[in-house]
Amino acid sequence: MYTITSAEFIAPDVKLFHIKAPYIAQKHQAGQFVILRVHDNGERIPITIAESDPDKGEIAIIVQGIGRTTKELNMKEAGDHLQDLVGPLGTPTHIEKWGRVVIVSGGVGTAEALPIARAMKKAGNHVTSIIGARTKDLVIAEKLMEELCDEVLITTDDGSYGIKGLVTTALEPMINSDTPPQMVLAVGPLPMMSAVAEMTRPHNIKTVVSLNTIMIDGTGMCGGCRATVGGETVFVCVDGPEFDAHQVDFAELRQRGSMYHQQERQSLDQFLERCKLESASSEDTTK
Amino acid sequence: MSTEPNKANTLTPKERMRIPRQDMPEQDPNVRNRNFDEVNLGFDADTAVQEGLRCLQCKKPLCIDGCPVKIKIPEFIQLIVERDFPGAAAKIKEDNSLPAVCGRVCPQETQCEATCVVGNRFRPVAIGHLERFVADHERESGKVQLPKKAKATGKKVAIVGSGPAGLACATDLVQWGHEVTVYEALHEYGGVLVYGIPEFRLPKKILGAEIDNLRNMGVNFVKNFIIGKTMTVDELMGQEGYDAVFVGTGAGLPWFMNIPGENLNGVYSANEFLTRVNLMKANNFPQSDTPIKIADTVVVFGGGNTAMDAVRTAKRLGAERAIIVYRRSEEEMPARDEEIKHAKEEGIEFMLLTAPTKMLDDGKGWVKGVECLKMELGEPDQSGRRRPMPIEGSEFTIDADLAVVAIGNGSNPLLAKTTPGLKINRWGNIIADAETGRTSKKGVFAGGDIVTGGATVILAMGAGRQAAAAMHEYLETGEWVEIDG
Ligand SMILES: Cc1cc2nc3c(=O)[nH]c(=O)nc-3n(C[C@H](O)[C@H](O)[C@H](O)COP(=O)(O)OP(=O)(O)OC[C@H]3O[C@@H](n4cnc5c(N)ncnc54)[C@H](O)[C@@H]3O)c2cc1C
Ligand SMILES: Cc1cc2nc3c(=O)[nH]c(=O)nc-3n(C[C@H](O)[C@H](O)[C@H](O)COP(=O)(O)OP(=O)(O)OC[C@H]3O[C@@H](n4cnc5c(N)ncnc54)[C@H](O)[C@@H]3O)c2cc1C
Ligand code: SF4
Ligand code: SF4
Ligand code: FES
Repeated sequence: MYTITSAEFIAPDVKLFHIKAPYIAQKHQAGQFVILRVHDNGERIPITIAESDPDKGEIAIIVQGIGRTTKELNMKEAGDHLQDLVGPLGTPTHIEKWGRVVIVSGGVGTAEALPIARAMKKAGNHVTSIIGARTKDLVIAEKLMEELCDEVLITTDDGSYGIKGLVTTALEPMINSDTPPQMVLAVGPLPMMSAVAEMTRPHNIKTVVSLNTIMIDGTGMCGGCRATVGGETVFVCVDGPEFDAHQVDFAELRQRGSMYHQQERQSLDQFLERCKLESASSEDTTK
Repeated sequence: MSTEPNKANTLTPKERMRIPRQDMPEQDPNVRNRNFDEVNLGFDADTAVQEGLRCLQCKKPLCIDGCPVKIKIPEFIQLIVERDFPGAAAKIKEDNSLPAVCGRVCPQETQCEATCVVGNRFRPVAIGHLERFVADHERESGKVQLPKKAKATGKKVAIVGSGPAGLACATDLVQWGHEVTVYEALHEYGGVLVYGIPEFRLPKKILGAEIDNLRNMGVNFVKNFIIGKTMTVDELMGQEGYDAVFVGTGAGLPWFMNIPGENLNGVYSANEFLTRVNLMKANNFPQSDTPIKIADTVVVFGGGNTAMDAVRTAKRLGAERAIIVYRRSEEEMPARDEEIKHAKEEGIEFMLLTAPTKMLDDGKGWVKGVECLKMELGEPDQSGRRRPMPIEGSEFTIDADLAVVAIGNGSNPLLAKTTPGLKINRWGNIIADAETGRTSKKGVFAGGDIVTGGATVILAMGAGRQAAAAMHEYLETGEWVEIDG
């Protein structure tokens, strides 16, 4: 069992957890993730390590409640436990002194971008962070990013905060400026990552994306996480999760990511139904 | 049917051979292909004794030559005949610490039973069924004898991987007084025995009981711990203070066929398909939260145990048609005879001398069928099996909404990549001495599928035990001999 030492919502449906995991905290490098299970009948899901504190023996994760497992996870509080937790998994981000680095993140991808920003800054880069969200409430980790980066730009689809538009609206002028970045990293929803890839491709700017395929073991044993990069099949959990954006077959990723949509719906509905029944019956007993 | 022990001993070889081989009671094929309960129901004591009487108690028991760990087969069978079942169990355990598993999954027809002399004229003695009976009897009696432990040596050993190789190695080392810790990457122990081989062939509770026994003997188990990620081999031997390490990480890297369409939705590796069901219980979805695609027609590529397990699992998940597609003929199939027989009884279709060339897309990213070529067998290849050759113009299509690739596994590079000084061969297998499991790195031993490539449970166990003996010697003497190569 793995103890949750703190848990707080930092945006609607987005929760920040600290978890006791001394070995993982020791080993964690930017770009790596854990696989966890909430309970014994639970699914194994990958979540990026947003931060680690080897001295306290803790890691931080930021979870967006989108389906059954993440919503169930987000009901956990400090003092609760996770059934399983393994890591750190995946190949760490390749950190180098590139010069100007732009880290583009969307939604909960910003959590994943934090350790990358920290490492890129430490390597002596000029780091710009572009955080995209649908609306103001969903912008997360802005403060943290401001501490880590030279510059932070926010974009919202509805214009409720920062620049109105998509992350690419903020990225485009940088690419066309006199001081374009040497390196762009994009972490977040697929459409966002593929849009960034398309934008940098004609300029030949090195671009890396972090792929979120469906995973089980996370050790290279099942091949369920496979994707096509540069015409070759890769296993994202061990060969990645970061790859050259210009080589990634995004259409296949979209197709494979949708494999269980129907079952995911069913599972979530069943879970929400059960939550409703439970809260109804607890109301009964309190009456 | 019960036979008096004294009478038993007076049977002539002729009389013994006249006893027909006792059939294993099984679930009805049309019932069992809809559930995940064990297919074989096991011998009762009288049937076991009757089968035991068929053994001629040979002076030169050839059966033992066929068994990779040299179980004293006639001796344990004689104890069965004498109805000393605990004695029989103890006899087997001198050489094999997982008899309930091996009795179920060993390819007996190419090992112990292949060399049994009764088999020259009749069907061989059912050695595997007897081994299983003895182990089950002991477990169900609740009186499992744990071996005596030697005085603590003060030496610490780490075992990486909880498959049969690691478990067998741990069993011996803990008995000899060493402090043993098993590290496992997944959230359950057993390796392929838990994530690969299905419940209907090897119930999880049997494996669970074996793990409990090891725990009771003092073995520490640590799950969710990947050596090479959570901690390296060097750190185990450095800061963690282990005196020796055994690597039994198995052959867990699924091969694909590299044909077009293999990444379509609905195309699984056998490892993924079986892991979803066995480890993650996807057959209970949505009670268990891991989904699996349910299909009407499933094709499985391959002819080994993995392919049989996958195709029979697909049938049990509700497929109307579950089809084996194999590029050679039945004779060359590496699967156990019993699995092929069971599969056929359960309504599995076999398309032999057939090779897939392309997976077909339904236009929405899902597999809708597979294009195949008919094959004929040519000259024998390096493996001694006749090489399949495509027949020109024989293309045809099988409609299917799920496909499973079960053509084998390579070795997982995760540990070797992070262990400086540990040599691997060009297939990625760790190079280790065949007798002792010694690797190119001092204090590190290896055995099982990670050394040999995908093989069998009993060979992995045997390698684990051989390494244990060598590790014991190393821990006692501190002497290390470099291996060649
Ligand atoms: C390397 C990596 C790092 C990630 N980091 C984070 C993170 O830091 N924070 C965060 O909130 N999310 C992260 N994710 C995504 C997270 O794993 C999924 O949101 C989660 O698995 C969804 O599970 P669910 O049951 O809640 O939703 P579901 O309703 O089951 O699924 C919703 C969608 O999530 C994806 N998904 C489903 N099951 C899995 C699975 N077993 N593995 C991976 N993806 C799956 C599918 O595309 C699916 O359509 C990461 C994913 C990967 C691969
Ligand atoms: C579906 C299937 C059916 C089979 N059927 C039969 C059969 O009927 N009869 C038969 O004799 N053989 C059968 N086999 C083959 C047999 O199961 C294997 O030969 C045997 O399990 C190998 O044992 P092992 O201990 O070497 O490795 P494995 O059983 O593969 O166990 C290795 C373990 O190590 C863990 N591990 C890997 N890397 C690490 C790491 N870095 N850190 C920590 N842990 C790690 C893995 O998670 C795994 O649990 C079958 C195989 C499969 C896949
Ligand atoms: S371990 Fe396997 S080969 Fe040896 S006697 Fe038992 S069933 Fe036969
Ligand atoms: S070879 Fe057959 S008959 Fe002879 S001892 Fe072995 S099992 Fe018995
Ligand atoms: S998740 Fe199984 S191989 Fe990547």
